[in-house]
Amino acid sequence: MAKIIIPTPLRKFTDQNRDFTTDKQTLSDAIDQFVNEYPGVKENMLDDNGNVRSYIKIYIGDEEVNPADDDTTELKADTEISIVPAIAGGCYHLPL
Amino acid sequence: MNTWKDIDFSNDELGHYSRHLSIPEFGMEGQKKLKAAKVVAVGTGGLGAPMLQYLAAAGVGTIGIVDFDKIEASNLHRQILFGSSDVGRSKVEVAKERLQEINPHINIQIHETRLTSENALEILDQYDVVADGTDNFPTRYLINDACVMLDKPNVHGSIFQFEGQLSVFNYVDEEENRGPNYRDLFPEPPPPGLVPDCAEAGVLGVLPGIIGCLQASEVIKIITGIGQPLSGELFLFDAQDFSTRKVNVTKNEDNPLRGENPEITELIDYEAFCGIPSTNGEQKESKSEVPEVTVEQYQSWLDSGEEVQLIDVREPYEVEIAEMGGELIPLDTVLNKTDKISRDKKVVVHCRSGVRSAKAINKLQEEYDFDNLYNLKGGILAWSEKVDESIPQY
Repeated sequence: MAKIIIPTPLRKFTDQNRDFTTDKQTLSDAIDQFVNEYPGVKENMLDDNGNVRSYIKIYIGDEEVNPADDDTTELKADTEISIVPAIAGGCYHLPL
Repeated sequence: MNTWKDIDFSNDELGHYSRHLSIPEFGMEGQKKLKAAKVVAVGTGGLGAPMLQYLAAAGVGTIGIVDFDKIEASNLHRQILFGSSDVGRSKVEVAKERLQEINPHINIQIHETRLTSENALEILDQYDVVADGTDNFPTRYLINDACVMLDKPNVHGSIFQFEGQLSVFNYVDEEENRGPNYRDLFPEPPPPGLVPDCAEAGVLGVLPGIIGCLQASEVIKIITGIGQPLSGELFLFDAQDFSTRKVNVTKNEDNPLRGENPEITELIDYEAFCGIPSTNGEQKESKSEVPEVTVEQYQSWLDSGEEVQLIDVREPYEVEIAEMGGELIPLDTVLNKTDKISRDKKVVVHCRSGVRSAKAINKLQEEYDFDNLYNLKGGILAWSEKVDESIPQY
């Protein structure tokens, strides 16, 4: 089973789970399964067209991959998929 | 960094740096390069505090510090440059005192200002290496773009709760190959609504210490030419399960700073780029126009015996720190609990500083047609400051 490593900012949408195992064979299927399991992730990770948002990168091992054009990527039992979002630190919000 | 060969050391300095001088790869040359170098740290917070201490101790000859903030009690669990007696004082001034105490042989230049599109090029241009220890996306993109325009390496660290990221951007190696920059990694920032707010922007105090020290290490490597800077790679650290990973950062052909005709050739409005309404001029013209009540007005309502419901939209852990008697309905749950919110009397909604409560009122007005809600201006912090000093600030 391949494993998706969930970054801290998305864990509030995954009941604080830190990874997600998937039996899917391709990256795009694995991402679909993951976001369907956690609708809050879907809204934050994918845009209206289903593409990964530009402030989030997906890696297999240390190489960036794009689920949109990579649906033939075969996942192996030991494949680790990393979701890497932009983080800024601190507490920054709308001025009020 | 070009004049390092002319650098001399006093006997005191030679004593201070002797454990550097005895590293074969470092030696006198490395130490001279450090003394000749000028490094600027933007932000003296959780990342800047440890980074600056090591850069000062190591003997970086000129250190610039950019920050506009005052020290708050909530800084002290991670910003170890400061102590409890410093609360209320200027960060850059206290930092200069501490760093000069650590190493009297170096020059500290303070810039007590917010880094902006108007001053960034002038400030950063005075230095050889830029270290980004800021806490928000607009300043990160500003620093990135300024570094590309000024041809400076940008040592980037960022943190969130238990997780840290580190990279060296815009680094030019010995063969004149320029590495990727922040826009290659993340072309756009998250929209403001998805940036963590105060309720979840906490951080394990030691985490910025770890990442800040790694930033200092990268700065020293860049200056001395020792080792391989973390260019073209992003280091990821998760303290919870002690996982460390490095992933590759590749150049993005669409990067607006690159190419023969780059789309961005001068600094822009980075708050607008990040989707944040401008704070200039008509500051209050935010989309979150909701009825407000000051803490003094709210107190006068209570004093006059008016029946008012108080709703607290913070998280339970915050109530454990400070509370003023409101009914707790965390922001995420507020739309599911509208039956608990009165429609026949004034309802004051509060959070820590007034941001989340405004969001709650916006949602309740738009989706459930409430017209009796008032945002407590400044939140419980203002209540603590102006009405009830027994409530802690956090």
